[in-house]
Amino acid sequence: MSLHDFEEAQLAAREKPSALPDFAPGDTVEVRLNIVEGERKRVQAFEGVCIARSGRGIRASFTVRKISHGEGVERVFPLHSPTIAGIKILRRGRVRRAKLYYLRALRGRAARIKEKQETRPQSGKKK
Amino acid sequence: MRSGVIVKKLGMSQIYRDGAQIPVTVLKMDSCRVVGARAPEKDGYSAVVLGAGRRKPKNVAKPQRSVYEAKSMTPPRIVAEFRVDQEAMLEEGAEFSAAHFVVGQHVDAVGQSIGKGFAGVMKRHNFAGLRASHGVSVNHRSQGSTGQCQDPGRVFKGKKMAGHMGAARVTVQNLEICDINEEKGWVVVKGAVPGSKGGWVFLRDAVKKPLPKEAPMPAGLVGMKQEKEAAQETQEPQQAQEPQETQESEEPKEQGEKK
Repeated sequence: MSLHDFEEAQLAAREKPSALPDFAPGDTVEVRLNIVEGERKRVQAFEGVCIARSGRGIRASFTVRKISHGEGVERVFPLHSPTIAGIKILRRGRVRRAKLYYLRALRGRAARIKEKQETRPQSGKKK
Repeated sequence: MRSGVIVKKLGMSQIYRDGAQIPVTVLKMDSCRVVGARAPEKDGYSAVVLGAGRRKPKNVAKPQRSVYEAKSMTPPRIVAEFRVDQEAMLEEGAEFSAAHFVVGQHVDAVGQSIGKGFAGVMKRHNFAGLRASHGVSVNHRSQGSTGQCQDPGRVFKGKKMAGHMGAARVTVQNLEICDINEEKGWVVVKGAVPGSKGGWVFLRDAVKKPLPKEAPMPAGLVGMKQEKEAAQETQEPQQAQEPQETQESEEPKEQGEKK
């Protein structure tokens, strides 16, 4: 089946492949979104901890969680969506699992994530 | 009326259009070609017989094999008839290309739905089932009553009940063509199409939507693009040129997407 080919073609056709850094669950990221309000276009940021990445290829998505006015907010972004103007990594977190859903039950100090210590930059740069 | 085509369902995916994610089904032209014809004089109606896919001749029953041998064709995997007007009749051997459809037009898709086996009424007819508590025991997913009492003393015909579900011919109307790729033979249709991955689907122009003027008549065939380009060089009359222009405007777009 060449559905894979089709999705590869979609991937190749997207506008800014370079705007996506390599980030992982546990990282604190800032997602900049293009928002069109009638005539005006502006960029809105959503900052929080990436708690999950899922899917692959053009269908890949990721979940960002933040605490907004004391209420937990999660947003799922399609990774290759044209509405994403860019993703900035603010902090790399050291976590031991791929899905950080346990953070939903935690608040405040308990929900902290240790920063990743890059003792050996060469191995730390590995994807 | 134009002929429909037989395509293979590759599966579902998604595309982005104006920032929105659109669910699409990717269908593939698998050497869909004309293998026969029905004539009003002989058969009482006019239709084209299409075949798609390929089968080894040794796996084809002898009566059929001899038919294709006589036409010196590879036997197709699937054969279907499409009713067409007489002016839209096609020659035997003509192969359809994805350019048979134009982006933005609507199609009806016919496929065989995925079999669900013997299904209960909740799954099959969207019944609500019985309550979870309040004295209901054992049958939470059953239907309630199937009728009245001594009058009429029977269950009416056509009563919705549990039974076999799926594996039936299903038509979905008015699906939008989102994209085509002549080279790869992809026809990208918005929404879901009945059937499993790898299943055969009949696509035809939507009955309930007008056909765009750019749609090739009587059909979009493989090799037509080259012919048109050749025709353009020799400056054919305007009628022939109009569809060329539309096709050319699509071409750079495709290339841009590939980058």
